[in-house]
Amino acid sequence: MRNNRERTLAWIGALAGGLFFLVLPRFIGGYFLHLVTMIFFFTYLGSAWNILGGYAGQFSFGHAAFFGIGAFTSTILQIHFGVNPWIGMFLGGTVGLLLGLFVGSLSFRYGLRGPYFALAMLAVAEMLRLLAVEWMAVKYPLGITIPLKGNSLLAFQFTTKVPYYYIAFAMMILVLYLTHAIERRRLGSYFLAIRENEGAADALGVNVFRYKLIAMAISAFLTAAGGTFYAQYYLMIEEESTFGTGVSIEVLLGPIIGGAGTVLGPFVGAAILELLSEGTRNLLKGYSGVHLMVYGAILIVVIIFLPKGILGGLQTAYRRLSRVW
Amino acid sequence: MSLPGLPLLLQSIVSGILMGGVYSLVAIGLTLIFGVMKIINFAHGSFMMLGMFTTYWAFVLLGIDPYLSLLLSIPILFLLGLVVERVLISQVLDAPEHNQLLLTLGISLLIENFALFLWSPNFRTLDIGYLKKATTIGTVMVSFPKVIAFLFAFLLTGVLYYFLKYTDLGKAIRASSEEKEGALTVGINLRRIYYVAFGIGTACVGAAGSLAATFFYVNPHVGGIFVITAFVVVVLGGMGNFIGALVGGLLIGLAESVAAAFVPGQLKQFVIYFIFILVLLFKPEGLFGRSREE
Repeated sequence: MRNNRERTLAWIGALAGGLFFLVLPRFIGGYFLHLVTMIFFFTYLGSAWNILGGYAGQFSFGHAAFFGIGAFTSTILQIHFGVNPWIGMFLGGTVGLLLGLFVGSLSFRYGLRGPYFALAMLAVAEMLRLLAVEWMAVKYPLGITIPLKGNSLLAFQFTTKVPYYYIAFAMMILVLYLTHAIERRRLGSYFLAIRENEGAADALGVNVFRYKLIAMAISAFLTAAGGTFYAQYYLMIEEESTFGTGVSIEVLLGPIIGGAGTVLGPFVGAAILELLSEGTRNLLKGYSGVHLMVYGAILIVVIIFLPKGILGGLQTAYRRLSRVW
Repeated sequence: MSLPGLPLLLQSIVSGILMGGVYSLVAIGLTLIFGVMKIINFAHGSFMMLGMFTTYWAFVLLGIDPYLSLLLSIPILFLLGLVVERVLISQVLDAPEHNQLLLTLGISLLIENFALFLWSPNFRTLDIGYLKKATTIGTVMVSFPKVIAFLFAFLLTGVLYYFLKYTDLGKAIRASSEEKEGALTVGINLRRIYYVAFGIGTACVGAAGSLAATFFYVNPHVGGIFVITAFVVVVLGGMGNFIGALVGGLLIGLAESVAAAFVPGQLKQFVIYFIFILVLLFKPEGLFGRSREE
């Protein structure tokens, strides 16, 4: 009974939120539109990370590897072979997935866990970045620019920001729904079992290696597809903003701060980070690293006081309260 | 790709070993912290950067000789390490490993970008005549500050080794790193050991920073270059293994410098990461580590 009511409330909340964001572009201008688009986009990336890092507990410190592979694959295909960016997005995702399977099968087969897996992923991303640096230094020293083709959904290029807003919104809804679906199914339970106690999960007959790889594949595909959105949004890519360690950090900060292993955690985290970083950027104009300083401070505070993130902390508090009542 | 001649190869071997001394010193701090506290300190590079800036500003503002400024950077970084451990790191000693990693990441983001805010991203170098000296032995050019840094690195490592081996505090640190419960039983104050060990770790990297500042540029992000290499060294030498870090530092310095003679541009780093992944996968206990069954 009570569970039903909660579910109805959740649906009403989701619908209201969805409607709000659907009509929002009518009321806000270019700058805020960009801001909200970035919140959607980082929610999307954070959720992709969350499936591997938050649910399956495999803490990746190098998701920039997938992000960059996606951005570069679709862009190169588009420029050199005229491949449509939407198809490029799918192909980029696939290349990311293959990379994920390769790296994953190696590191999971050899039992890399916790910080060791995190560092190995970091090394993979850095290796790809160095390759990109070497390759670009000769051919594209100023970054790769995607030629303008005007305003068209088919070309994944628009002269205004509104269509990007809706695409990012759709991507976010898709991945949030996917996370929700995984969480409610057997797959999600396997992920949680692996995260909480790998040995026990294995003893109970969960194929740990296989389910870690599945989490990796989903996460890598989605992150790489996100890379294409990034490339089409800015119409320019270079190695640092795609393969750089900063990307890996920004991707995981959202879910960590919002609450890893929760559906809406990445959204809460991304919203807080984007709003705060914009706020501080406006407050202290001209200092490039200020938003990262704020990220660092928030990260410290969250890890010490809310080790499960904001939503994780709220959940614990809610459970305690409902026990008292 | 063309094969480099013998003189170039000799040159890269010598510069590699000299650079390796500094890597060792960075890695020894890192491996000490890991050995005792089981914490991977991502902020290590930021502490090194602070050591470099200490030396830089001591010279620019006060005219203090860069080698004399070791007497500043070591205690400053030691104290900073104590404070950071007491206030922040000690809160997460029982937290999941990835949260410890994230906390040190947060600390490094904060420190590095605060340094960026204060001192701008400009590349700075110490402009002192005698630091530019170099002698030629045969065909090999040996730069003066690198030799000094190498010798100092060995000296400091020796002092630290003596401290850990023969003093009571040092023995207590080693005991805590090898057998936590045992150390508690015999009345060692673990909390104190932790912050002292962390302080010594940051003091080491502060010294490494001062020494590196004599021949390397100084800028807020410079620590990242050294710390990634230091991670590789630590894993190669075996996490928590002191001598391993020393030898590993020399090996990585050598590998990097010889690789640079064969491959173009930044790809020498690629070789380092490749070694890193291979060691992680196939020999995670390090080259010299006995495999630890836990």
